[in-house]
Amino acid sequence: MNTSEKTMAVGGTSSFRKVDTSVLLDRAGMLLVFLGLFVTCSIFVDNFLSWRNMAGLSLAISMAGMVSCSMLLCIASGNFDLSVGSVIAASGCVAAVVINLTGSVVVGILAGLGLGVVVGLINGFVFAKLGINAFITTLATMQMARGFGYIVAGGKAVGISNSDFFVIGTTYFLGLPTPVWLTLVTFAIFGGLINYTEFGRNILAIGGNEEAARLAGVPVVRTKILIFVIHGLMSAVAGVVLASRMTSGQPMTAIGFEMTAISACVLGGVSLAGGIGKISYVIAGVLILGTVENSMNLLNINPFYQYLVRGGILLAAVIFDRYKTRSIG
Amino acid sequence: MSVGESIGSSSPYLEFVRISKSFPGVLALDDVSFGVNSGSVRALVGENGAGKSTLLKILSGVYRPSSGVLRIDGSERAFQGTSESLAAGVSVIYQELVTVPKLSVAENLFLGHLPKKRGLVDYPCLYELARAALVSLADDIDPRTPLGLLSIGQQQMMEIAKALTRGARILAFDEPTSSLSAREIERLFSVIERLRSEGRTILYVSHRMEEIFQICDSVTVFKDGRHIETFHSTKGLTQDILINRMVGRDIKNVYNYSERPYGDVSIEARDITGPGLKEPISIRVRSGEILGLFGLVGAGRTELLKLIYGATRRTGGEILLKGHPAKVETPRDAIDQGIVFCSENRKAEGIIPLGSVQENINISARRHHGYRMGFINETWERRNAKEQVRSLDVRTPSLEQRICNLSGGNQQKVILARWLSDQMSVVLFDEPTRGIDVGARSEIYALIRRLAERGVAILMVSSDLPEVLGVSDRIAVMRDGALSGIVERTDTSEQKILSMALPV
Repeated sequence: MNTSEKTMAVGGTSSFRKVDTSVLLDRAGMLLVFLGLFVTCSIFVDNFLSWRNMAGLSLAISMAGMVSCSMLLCIASGNFDLSVGSVIAASGCVAAVVINLTGSVVVGILAGLGLGVVVGLINGFVFAKLGINAFITTLATMQMARGFGYIVAGGKAVGISNSDFFVIGTTYFLGLPTPVWLTLVTFAIFGGLINYTEFGRNILAIGGNEEAARLAGVPVVRTKILIFVIHGLMSAVAGVVLASRMTSGQPMTAIGFEMTAISACVLGGVSLAGGIGKISYVIAGVLILGTVENSMNLLNINPFYQYLVRGGILLAAVIFDRYKTRSIG
Repeated sequence: MSVGESIGSSSPYLEFVRISKSFPGVLALDDVSFGVNSGSVRALVGENGAGKSTLLKILSGVYRPSSGVLRIDGSERAFQGTSESLAAGVSVIYQELVTVPKLSVAENLFLGHLPKKRGLVDYPCLYELARAALVSLADDIDPRTPLGLLSIGQQQMMEIAKALTRGARILAFDEPTSSLSAREIERLFSVIERLRSEGRTILYVSHRMEEIFQICDSVTVFKDGRHIETFHSTKGLTQDILINRMVGRDIKNVYNYSERPYGDVSIEARDITGPGLKEPISIRVRSGEILGLFGLVGAGRTELLKLIYGATRRTGGEILLKGHPAKVETPRDAIDQGIVFCSENRKAEGIIPLGSVQENINISARRHHGYRMGFINETWERRNAKEQVRSLDVRTPSLEQRICNLSGGNQQKVILARWLSDQMSVVLFDEPTRGIDVGARSEIYALIRRLAERGVAILMVSSDLPEVLGVSDRIAVMRDGALSGIVERTDTSEQKILSMALPV
């Protein structure tokens, strides 16, 4: 925003110097990495740049994009949420079952989203109000949500009878799949949320120094609960969209998706220690991760090796994050 | 360790040669050169942000200098980390001690090289070694006690013992007395005196002038990252000369007290009980009045402020504002009703370290001014931050600068700016000048006075007796979790207040 702002003439500032390149690199660094990666893939990977592949790629990352946005809030406040994948599966199942029962798409969607909100409320309440570690709390709800999904779905995929529901996941608008548009909207909303609202600033303050934030009048408990509720809701949105794409609710889907969301955030530069987070980081992280996976598929790399690559990328991202935090001092 | 072996030797034991250190946006040290002989205690003085702490961090290998060299006993050293400086016989004892409170004293002492027998820790040997290390420093400490149970003074002695077990020849103290009782200070000084007579080299950073004249034999003055002058003897040196060199201006009567008219009672805390208090406490402050709150460390002053502010849950009592009971259950409630709290612990309870200066200023007031329907009003935020930075003379290269890159005094000003951005009727100050240099101090006193003149009620905790007497209209004294009395400024003396504060 203000990278070129000149030194303010306040007090005796004569001995201060301004270093701008590091700021610039910090803001655009990972997007540049993505651009480099993109160009490399375009040159060396056959079919990568085809319109068909681009649409597929964007569709593939749309779900990670949505969930990473709300994961950004969690991580920026110094926490994370492991229940994502289970909530995606469970909300899809709930939506499918309710649509089949009531025949109403709207009621089904609301029920799916409602499940996400409830899990978020439980996470937020146990974590923020009772002061239980977020790792354990969300590890527990991750199991519970997965189990609930299986129970609701009766242990197997639930086909959806009302085809109106498939509009969300399977249609195109201006040449792009509808879920991609939804993801773009999500990026815009969360970018605004973290940059331009008090809620967003409070999240960063809590991640930076929770006690100072509390003493400065930030409603810490309320903000934390809200973070988890929003995250539960976004996971459910992703789950409903996924169910629509697959035309069924599948209780075994999105296993390990918390890894994807956390990786995307950290890879983009959201600090695991909290207090630092921008939507541009998330976008960069999601794009890099998606591009790598897509290229690996196009190159026909054995899926077992893809696990190694994904884990390796996460590890590299965390080490890089550590290095960056240390240089801040 | 023969006494005074190298005193008077011509080349200094420790030498800084043309040291500079820059951080993004800040030049913290600018071509600093000076030397310190062994067997001497050198005071490093200067305003906050003058570069003393940075220098100590270079000495201990936390930072690497951007240019210049460090020479110890004639040979050049470039430490890559604290372990290298420790190995070279350098120990820095920081203001905020770095310890593992749940481990025992002995374990803390030998952390990293615990004595072992067949791969397991040899506890009898460890306790024996620890006892030996603590001899004549803190004989009263049982090495098996968890460190967290010791007083700050005892922990400091443990740190010194640790330095000595590692063969430290150079010891640097950063504001060592800021949380010590009078007795502990006395003890620390006799230990420092002993270290000096053993021929060790000692650096002593402090804002307390009396101490410097008491135990240091030479003084180096810093200002804005530059070495200003080194006085090789304290003979003929006065406090005024030093202060003058530090700030480059004369500061007379820093308190500048004048009578003010008071209004009605602004805030009344009635029968407050809660953690840290032994008896219910009632206190009233009128608008425009400054009520000082004095007491020894641990008397419950900070606890009382936090109970009033709603930062700690009260077990009883109520808060009345202008005579009416008020709901002050959380800091947010307090702020909404014009009560603000300035913590003594800036780092842990004040700043959002990664946030910008602007963000740190606006974090609290924005919901009363700066935002509409949940959205931040960037124009207001910028203007407010700019105004505050200008009126408080905060030294920062820009409003986007991360606050953790500013000096302590400037951070404190930013915190004050946070509260000045909003309407307020009561300010709870906890040690507002702690760790702040003389120059910035008088600015803070002026600010407190201006607030009082505007009709704000002020409750100010301080451990500095001259400060309490110099600033307050009335003085409340706490002792051991209870209020031992309230006196008028006209009707008291240092002796009287101290006698009310000391344990009976």
